[in-house]
Amino acid sequence: MEHKKKIQVKDLDFFYGENQVLYNINLDIPEKKVTALIGPSGCGKSTFLRCLNRMNDLIPGIKVRGKIILDGQDIYDTGVDVVKLRSKVGMVFQKPNPFPKSIFENVAYGFRIKGIKDKDFIDERVKTSLRMAGLWEEVHDRLSSSALGLSGGQQQRLCIARAVAVEPEVLLMDEPASALDPIATKKIEELIYELKKEFTIVIVTHNMQQAARVADYTAFFLMGKLIEFDKTENIFTSPRKKETEDYITGRFG
Amino acid sequence: MKKRSIQNSISKIIPMPLAFSPLWPFIPICNLRDFSLLLNKGRSPNTQIQGEGSLLSYKTKDNIIKYLFFLCALVSVLVLGLIVYFLFIEGVPIFKVVSFKDFLFGKYWYPTSDPPSFGILPLFLGSIYVTGLSSVFSIPLGVLTAIYLAEIANPKTRSIIKPIIELLAALPSVVIGFFGMVVVAPFLQKYLDLDTGLNMFNAALMLAFMSIPTICSISEDAIYSVPRELKEGSLALGATHLQTIIRVILPASISGISTGVILGMSRAIGETMVVLMVAGGAAMIPESIFDPVRPMPASIAAEMGEAPYHSEHYFALFAIGIVLFFLTLIFNLIADHISHKYKQVGASTL
Repeated sequence: MEHKKKIQVKDLDFFYGENQVLYNINLDIPEKKVTALIGPSGCGKSTFLRCLNRMNDLIPGIKVRGKIILDGQDIYDTGVDVVKLRSKVGMVFQKPNPFPKSIFENVAYGFRIKGIKDKDFIDERVKTSLRMAGLWEEVHDRLSSSALGLSGGQQQRLCIARAVAVEPEVLLMDEPASALDPIATKKIEELIYELKKEFTIVIVTHNMQQAARVADYTAFFLMGKLIEFDKTENIFTSPRKKETEDYITGRFG
Repeated sequence: MKKRSIQNSISKIIPMPLAFSPLWPFIPICNLRDFSLLLNKGRSPNTQIQGEGSLLSYKTKDNIIKYLFFLCALVSVLVLGLIVYFLFIEGVPIFKVVSFKDFLFGKYWYPTSDPPSFGILPLFLGSIYVTGLSSVFSIPLGVLTAIYLAEIANPKTRSIIKPIIELLAALPSVVIGFFGMVVVAPFLQKYLDLDTGLNMFNAALMLAFMSIPTICSISEDAIYSVPRELKEGSLALGATHLQTIIRVILPASISGISTGVILGMSRAIGETMVVLMVAGGAAMIPESIFDPVRPMPASIAAEMGEAPYHSEHYFALFAIGIVLFFLTLIFNLIADHISHKYKQVGASTL
């Protein structure tokens, strides 16, 4: 791979209780590129994504083996501060999940929890983040109204603004457009294209056209195993594995 | 239940031709009607949706059921209406003897002296103080326990502690009163050097025990039902668990928590047996939290037996009942208002 590696995943196994969900995943995620994870439902791609910011820690009875190295540091080391890790590795979820607060407070949340009081700084960052998420024009005159009054697509872009406001280095997206209509989806995809200038993006998607459109690299998962990982054009035009070809040509899944 | 599902799955999975030959051992499981449906499968759909020619049409049956349920709902409304009506009939005549203002703000409750004095302020304040003091104990304890159970305790601990707390609600109030009388009162008297352990503090403590289950249980449900997405959204931004609880989970569940708190308080304010047993029963305006008090329900319970039928005293006790009724009504209205105004808000609904 010619790009700098942001995250290196080494021999990753993952268990829910006795159930093994991920088998020996080895994968290098390039910096400031979009990496898409595709595969049929239940193949472990979301689980894998949630390993990258240790979101799975919330679920009781999980077990992780192997290493995930972010900037030279294994994030599953005992000394790692999960809170710091998560402010470095942000996440956008499948369903838009704005807090029941105002639009402004949603974006400012990351600063509030860090105890930042500087009002000018927060105002400025909120504005830039909303701009970055392409939402500023739509909401600048109603920042203090509830975020729950926004449409689904706007809410999702608000969640993206909220995530980028704290300036993470990696942005994880778990099917960010699956609950949105085609127009909102298009906006999100354009946004991803912009965001990759500044962030390393890992995106889980069910939609193969979406992966083909937005991703520089694509990883294909099947039954908890990483089948193939390559540049997106290679995956979609000349896959090396038969399973990959079967999946992207729609023979199953 | 099991048999039913077997029948269903059989009639779903058996294709027509197969139904005959190799499945004879299964046929007795299906009742006759299922079997005939199976046979009818190939025919026109009309034969299947025809009614069964029973005495009453489904529509009539539906209507009968509907009115039956309506009647059941009506009974409780009717009973409430009758109680309120009765309360007013029996309580209002006291206002011929004493003005409404003197009744509510009079400082002396001497219903049996000559001339009698019907001022319920000491009783009213007794109720308010006792309830207020008890909520000082019960709200923090109840809400914090709820947070612990819903957010911090592991599922196993939760499954043990939650039923125990709910069991506390099942304790008869006379048992709690007895505990306050026999255990807490001597303790207070001895260690705080009081004239009597039967006082406002003791009563407030016992009432707190009674309202904690309500507060805790309702709050816990509210906190537990905050969508996981919200919690994850906060954690994913680098918030600690505590920050997530304070800034996201509590605001999102505030309506449920407030409802729990107010219902718990309204339980405390209407509670009779405990205050009758441990509050001390002195009809005076308390000056310290260790003074004995006589809350309204305790007065009614203690005096009703000795008040002659349709005497002024009797009317006055019913008038206290009216005041109490309005007090709990206000509490319930507030709870209702809060739960509507701050509806539980979850992840977005698309």
